[in-house]
This record gives sequence, structure tokens and C-alpha cells, in this order.
Amino acid sequence: MTEASGIALEPVDGSASHFTWRRFGGLWRTAGILIPFLIFFITLAIANGQFLTRQNLVVNILYLQTPVLIIAAAGTLVLIAGGLDLSVAATFVLAEDIAAQLALHTNPVVAIVVAIACGALVGLVNGMVVAYLRINALIATLAMAFVVSGIAEVATNNTFYSLFDKPSLGKFATTNFLGAQSAIWITLVVVVLLGMALWRTTFGRYVFAAGGNAEAARLAGVRVSRVRIATFVLSGAAAALAGVISLAQTLTTTPYSNESSLAFTVLAGIVVGGTSIMGGDGSVTRTVIGVLFIALIQNGFDLLQFNSFLIPLVTGVILIMAVSIDVWLRQRRR
Amino acid sequence: MTDPSDEVVPRPSAANGDVEVVGVSKRFGGVPALSNVTLTIRRGEVHALVGENGAGKSTLGKIISGVYSPDGGEVRVGGESVTFRSPRDAMDRGIVTIAQELAIVPYLNVMENVFLGAEPKKLGFVRRRVMRQRYEELSDRVGFHLPATQMAGTLTTADQQKLEIMRALSRDASTIIMDEPSAALSMHEVYALHGVIRSLAASGTTVILISHFLSEVLDLAGTVSILRDGRLVRNAIAAEETESSLIESMLGRSLGQAFPDKRLSATDAPVILEVDDLVAPGVRGASLSVRAGEIVGIAGLVGSGRSEFAHALYGATRVTGGRISVGGVDVTHHRPHQSLREGIAMIPESRKDQGLLMGRPISENVSLARLGALSHFGIMSPGSERSRVADALEQVRVKMASVRTPVSSLSGGNQQKVLFARTALCEPRVLIADEPTRGVDVGSKRTIYDVLVEQAAAGLAIIVISSELEEVLGLAHRVVVMRDGHFVAELSGEEMTQHAVLEAAFGESATTAS
Repeated sequence: MTEASGIALEPVDGSASHFTWRRFGGLWRTAGILIPFLIFFITLAIANGQFLTRQNLVVNILYLQTPVLIIAAAGTLVLIAGGLDLSVAATFVLAEDIAAQLALHTNPVVAIVVAIACGALVGLVNGMVVAYLRINALIATLAMAFVVSGIAEVATNNTFYSLFDKPSLGKFATTNFLGAQSAIWITLVVVVLLGMALWRTTFGRYVFAAGGNAEAARLAGVRVSRVRIATFVLSGAAAALAGVISLAQTLTTTPYSNESSLAFTVLAGIVVGGTSIMGGDGSVTRTVIGVLFIALIQNGFDLLQFNSFLIPLVTGVILIMAVSIDVWLRQRRR
Repeated sequence: MTDPSDEVVPRPSAANGDVEVVGVSKRFGGVPALSNVTLTIRRGEVHALVGENGAGKSTLGKIISGVYSPDGGEVRVGGESVTFRSPRDAMDRGIVTIAQELAIVPYLNVMENVFLGAEPKKLGFVRRRVMRQRYEELSDRVGFHLPATQMAGTLTTADQQKLEIMRALSRDASTIIMDEPSAALSMHEVYALHGVIRSLAASGTTVILISHFLSEVLDLAGTVSILRDGRLVRNAIAAEETESSLIESMLGRSLGQAFPDKRLSATDAPVILEVDDLVAPGVRGASLSVRAGEIVGIAGLVGSGRSEFAHALYGATRVTGGRISVGGVDVTHHRPHQSLREGIAMIPESRKDQGLLMGRPISENVSLARLGALSHFGIMSPGSERSRVADALEQVRVKMASVRTPVSSLSGGNQQKVLFARTALCEPRVLIADEPTRGVDVGSKRTIYDVLVEQAAAGLAIIVISSELEEVLGLAHRVVVMRDGHFVAELSGEEMTQHAVLEAAFGESATTAS
């Protein structure tokens, strides 16, 4: 319906084939990731009987991917606004440590809230360094990754916590509701909210504008710095939420050295989903598909008992293919 | 290839350097861009290609230079049919393009840029002395001199163009295609460029000139080929044409008057914009007041502070002194979002770099500056956005298939009108239009002029900045001339002549500059 009233505005003067291609550019790009995803999905379903079980789909894939999905959904906004956040793994670990310590000494709600607030604070610092000191986001967040992981190490005195004696925080992620764990429902809410923010709010428009053409956005009255900072705050908070969920899932904290590749796993998911590394274009929906696509590779290797050493290689090749498509589409558009 | 003895050997194209285009056709996605175009470009002449945007002149230039290959027909150089698979192939036959977007490496110096990729080498090391010597020889040959060791990135646009011309000639180019070479140049740089083009032609280099500026075309070209809708309308001898005869052929009809009638604003109309001794980066004490319904033109050379004045007014740069008020409200230290709220809107100089989000839909580009009014608590109201955007686009007469297509799919003229629609949506009281018709075809130009005049009639205070003197004189009720960050003259009525503006713009520096 919206399409029809769009056309009715003005006499159509372009050739039909031309504008249809452009009109469905977005849809086409979603298909670009959705179709390989579905092909892969169906192939696995046929190849292995265990694939379509509830245990495999809901627990092995969805439940375990919840932290990555949350970080990647927020990271999509950062990327579209023209930024990049490499500090998410450090923030994730910091949030785990903070939440674990607080859960041992106070109540779990306080632990969750404070940990997420700390993540948001890390994001705020990231955003301000990028926006006001005008330091390249890659370098700024890389530096922050060192700083934040350093803080986490000093604060915990390099020990790891387990909550097996006070497991109530675990309910945050593991409570069963309508056949799925609460972690999955929380993730769904976060992903839908971020997706809606991007799609239907003024903030979302500003995010696209800030990343698409910062100078044009500024001259159109968009406060580009604020918008970028907001995306980093969201990213920091999301990384912390992911940390809390991970802690609730396992009831133990993890050392940074085990999680340091998390930022790249997240980035790979976003980019495979077709969000542009150059900013100005992307979608949360496609990021979700991208993250799950990479998770399917891992899952497929496990189920089919292929050599798991090959997973990084396959993931890398798919990443290059995804970016090539992005480059190709950009050239087409000019 | 870099051996000097190469120059003595006549290249195949040098025997008879005519470039012939025979029955060339090209389609893009089913849309014909060129249909059966045949023309001959004689060696050593300045041959202009003119036409509206989308007429196919740039496409033709790109086929001759090997960027595109034709779907039908062929290109012949010196009577010999050639197939170019890339610009590199064309370059080997002596055909070089100097595009609108210049290809220089900013952190290499002038000389290194000229010989980029063709440095005189020995054992992999660049022979700088030889390079220097060749550079000097080349400078003498082209008749202008750029400082060899200056960083290319610090050159003005005009000098960067000269650099590209030198580079082309250093590769023994026999044909140089120039696509809108003067679009980004100031007045005196344009004069200098014209001198270079004339001397190129005089020394036997063919120049294919693609230009929107018809006066420039008539000035420089020997032959003019007029294209319309991908077809060659006719070839003409420039000396026998006038601007209006060219426009008539380009449009297939006569344009009528180039500018709308000036409706003088009432002398008792309230003053809307008051600028008092404004100081900002590039602006050194400028005062101006504009009444409702008035169009004030700002003329001046590029770099005289015109765009800087506009940016300071709009709050895009920091004001360090003076005062700006709109309808009595002090807006001196406002930033763009606050300026918009107080009713100042600006259409920036470069729609691609400062104006549009090229990959986003037309509708988002129009509504961007007014999202607050099109949303509730930060959530967009698609219905009101759609209707308000449609109204704004209708007001500025944008032609398009759908508001959801990316703005990049529009012609330059329609893209510019999208920016006018954006400002219209903001309902400003002051509108600053910086180069409102740069890179816009003749038909859209008139529409933009009409829109400006309509908006003035509706009571806006309008400032038009333009490097096209005719445009400033044709539109404005009053012209102020800027030089070195100051307003040096204010002209109205009978005093508004090209001569008076130029005299003020050049000032004392006119004698030393030329």
C-alpha cells in the first residue's frame, strides 16, 4: 500500500525495469544472505537427522549465540553510523567480572543493572574519544579494549569467579518460558527494539545519515557527534548485557584471553549480513541472519564430524565473499 | 617507453589524428544512452559536445576514452578502427581524459604526480635529475609553470587540472577529453584554463570539451556537436552559433527567457536578516541586511569568502565576532540545528559532499532536516512524512519514479531540487543558496530560478551565491561583491553590470594577478 501511494506522487518518467531494480535493492540484499542461509539450513537438515531437533536448534545454536546476537545487533548501529567497536570483548569480560562480584555480595538485580551501566559508560567513553578527540574508531576502541581488559584484570586481581554457591543470577538466562530460555527472549526483545529504532525512529534516520555522509548530515541539522556517541553507548551496554547473560549461562567468568576474538566474531556476523563496513547502510535483520549463518557453519561441522580446524578457513572465505558483494553493489549504485 | 628517443618516432595516431565516431550506440540496462551517433573530430581542433544532462555527451566522451565500449558502431583513430577495453588502451593511442574528479596523489609533489607510473628509472631507482629535466622541458612546452616540488594536494583545483594536462602531455597525448573542466574553477582560473586550451589546440593537440557553459563553448570551440536524448542533433561551426541557437537545439525548443522577471520587493518590507560586522574563518568583517522578499546575490572569486560567509551565517563554522539576527532574534552562535529552528536554511555548495545521502531514498533526503515535525516521541509518522515530502517535491517540481528510489538515481538537476525540497520543508525565513545550479542542466536551471523567485515572493529573504555572474545578475535585486573576506561593493539597479562586479571582485589584485 505504501508503495502504491509512493508512485502516485508524480508522473512516472523513468523506465520501469530501472526503478524496480533499485526499489527492491534492499529486499534483494536481504535475499542475498537469506537464500544461502536457507540453502545451508536445508542441506544440514537433510544431511543430519539431529540437526532439526529442538536441542540442536534452540540450545546448541540459538541459546549459545545469544551473547553474540545482542552485541552484533548493537554493533550494526555503530557500523551504520560510521564507527566500529573493537572493545566489546573487553566490555563483555568486565561486565562478567562486575556482575559476578556483585552477585556474590548483593542481590542479582543490582549486579545486572550495575554491570550494564558500566558497559554503557565504557561505550560513552568510546564515543567521546571518537567524536571529540576525532580519533579513528578502530584505534580508539582498540585502545579502549586494552584499557578495559586491564581494568577488569586489576579489579579481579586476575582470579575467576564461580557462582555455584549463589546460583540465583543464573535464572536471568536459563528460566524456561514458552519452550525457550529467558536468554533467547531477552535477545529477541533487544534485537527487535534495535531493529525498530533503526527502521522507524528519527534516531535511526540520523544513524544512517551520520554514516552515509557526515558533513551533509551536519549541515542538515543532525548532531552527528551525539548520534555516534549514542551508538557506542548502545554497543557498550549490549556487550555488558551479553556478558551478564554469558555469566548467567555458565555461572563462571571467563578470562579476556579466551574472549578476545569475540569482537571479530561479531564483526564477521555483521558484515556477512551485508552491513557496510563503510557506514551508511545495513540492517539488524540481516545481521541476525549473518550471525546465525556463521553459527550454522560451526554447528554443521560438529554434526557432520568434519575437521573443526577448517571452520575458521570457511568462515574467512564466506566473509570475503560477503564483502565483495558489498563492494560490487556500491559500484553499481554510482 | 620513457626513453626520450620515443618522442621522435611518429605514433600511429600522429599520422592523421582525426578521431571518428561511426554509428555508435550504447544502452544502459535497456535505456538507450546513445543512438547511432556519427561525428568526426579533427586533429588540433577544440571540439565541444553540448547537451542537457542525460543527453549522452559524457557517455560519448567515455566511449572515446575507453571507459565504456559501444554496443554498436565503432571508434576510429587516424582512419583505423580501434577497440578500447580500458582507458589504458585509449591512452596508448594518445587519448587521455581529464575528468571532473581529478586523479592526483595528494602527498606526492607536482613532478612525481606528472610522471606517476612512468618515472625515468634505472635499476628500479627513480632518476630524479632526469625527471627534473624532463619536467622543465614539459613546462616550457605547455607554457605554464607549476612549482615542481610542491605537494600536489596543496594546489588549487585549477592548478591540479594543469597538472593533469601536463601528465597527459608527458604521455604524448594527441587528444585530451575535458569533462566540465571549468565547473569548479573561479573566474580568473577559468581565463587561465581557456588560455591553456587554446595553446594546446594551437600546438596540434585535439581537445574534446564537454561543458555546460555555452559562452565557454562558443569562445573556445571550433566545432560544436549538439546531442539530445542520445542522438546527434547537428554539428555546427561555433562561430556561426549563439547561445540561444545552441539551447534551442539542445532542448528541441526555445527556452524563452533565461531568467524569470524580477519582482521588486516592497521597500518597506521588514528586514529579516541582519548581519553586523561578522567575523569567522574566511570572513573578516562582513555586514549585510536582507528584507523579506528580497534576493541578494553574492559575487566574488572562489576563495573570496562567499561560502565561508554562508557557513558562518548558518552556524556551520564558529563565529568569532559580530552579530547575526533573524527577525530580531540573536542567532550569532547558533549551530545548524538551531539555525534551522530559527528559520535559516542553507543549500550547500556541493550537493554530493555536503548535501545528499546518495544511497538513501529521495524521501529520507527530503525529510532529514525536519524529522522532529514528522515524528511523535522520536518515532516516525510514515503517513505525514509521505504527504509532506510529496508536497515539498511538488513545490520544486522534481520528476521521479518513486520517492523510495535512492537519490543517486536522479539527474543532477533533480538532485539539486531535492535539496530545495528539503529546505522548503523547514519553512525557513532566510534561504542561503550556494551555487544553486552547479552541474545542473539548462531545463532544471530555469525551474530552480523560478523556485527561488517564488520563494522570495512568498516573503523569504534569499541569498544567492554563484560563480556564474549572469546568474547573480539575472536573479538578484541587489548584488554584493566579496573580496578577501569583506564585502567590497554593493550594486543595485543600473549599477549591476558584469564589468562593475568584476572590477570590484578583482580590486587592486587584478593588475598583479594577470
